[in-house]
Amino acid sequence: MNIKMKQDIFQAIADPTRRAILTLLTIQALTPNVMAEKFDMTRQAVSKHIKVLQECELVKPEQSGREIYYHFNAKKMQELDHWLAQFRQNWETQFNQLDKILSTMKEQKK
Amino acid sequence: MNNDLLFDFTVDKAAQKIFITREFNAGLSLVWDAFTKQEIVDQWSAPAPMRCQTKYMDFKVGGRRFYAMILPDGQERWIVQDYTSITPKTNFKLYNAFADKDENRELPGSEWDHNFSEQNGITKVNITIFNESLERMQSLSEGFRIGYTVMLTNLDELLATLSQK
Repeated sequence: MNIKMKQDIFQAIADPTRRAILTLLTIQALTPNVMAEKFDMTRQAVSKHIKVLQECELVKPEQSGREIYYHFNAKKMQELDHWLAQFRQNWETQFNQLDKILSTMKEQKK
Repeated sequence: MNNDLLFDFTVDKAAQKIFITREFNAGLSLVWDAFTKQEIVDQWSAPAPMRCQTKYMDFKVGGRRFYAMILPDGQERWIVQDYTSITPKTNFKLYNAFADKDENRELPGSEWDHNFSEQNGITKVNITIFNESLERMQSLSEGFRIGYTVMLTNLDELLATLSQK
């Protein structure tokens, strides 16, 4: 697979703290220090969460002077919705196939 | 044909759960058979143009279905489903995981819970999938896209040959 992710995006957003970080980042880009302050966490704990989010490309770092600001990557979230839509489509197709089979089975029983 | 029949697909991303509900215009026994008998399951459980082929299926608790999703270009994606719980014509649960052609599973997989109920000749099926992984779905969809592209290319060639005649 060419689009290999180290972290599964579902796993990444399953964690409440990471969801809170993402929500905050949708409003503004933040540095790890500010995030640590807002969540009352150690800088290390924040870094771990950021690493997970960055590995599945939900956040992107941007260097600004001596600080690194993390941005929310809305495109990745859209990608997730796109794959889910495809998954939904697969199920829909299968069920439509099943409709036809069931109606044939009903005919045969008559 | 199935315009009046309910189809609902909901994703709880935070809880990693997918809820699928579908109604079928058939009695419970028939729908149950369609989900649990190999010769019927194989006819519908891969979205066209993919098809599926079951190597073996032993529908009982502790039993297994080992099957392949076959892409239009002939590529195979093997899947193992282990049945963990069965209440006839009411519910069955399975553990779904991708595998290689020798039946070695790629863990972790996902848990699937199927519920069946009938009202006025319409059977409702509720499927809940726990711990689905985007990565797995992505690899399947990607394979599907590639396979589909190959198939369309074949069609292009076929049409080109036909139109030359």
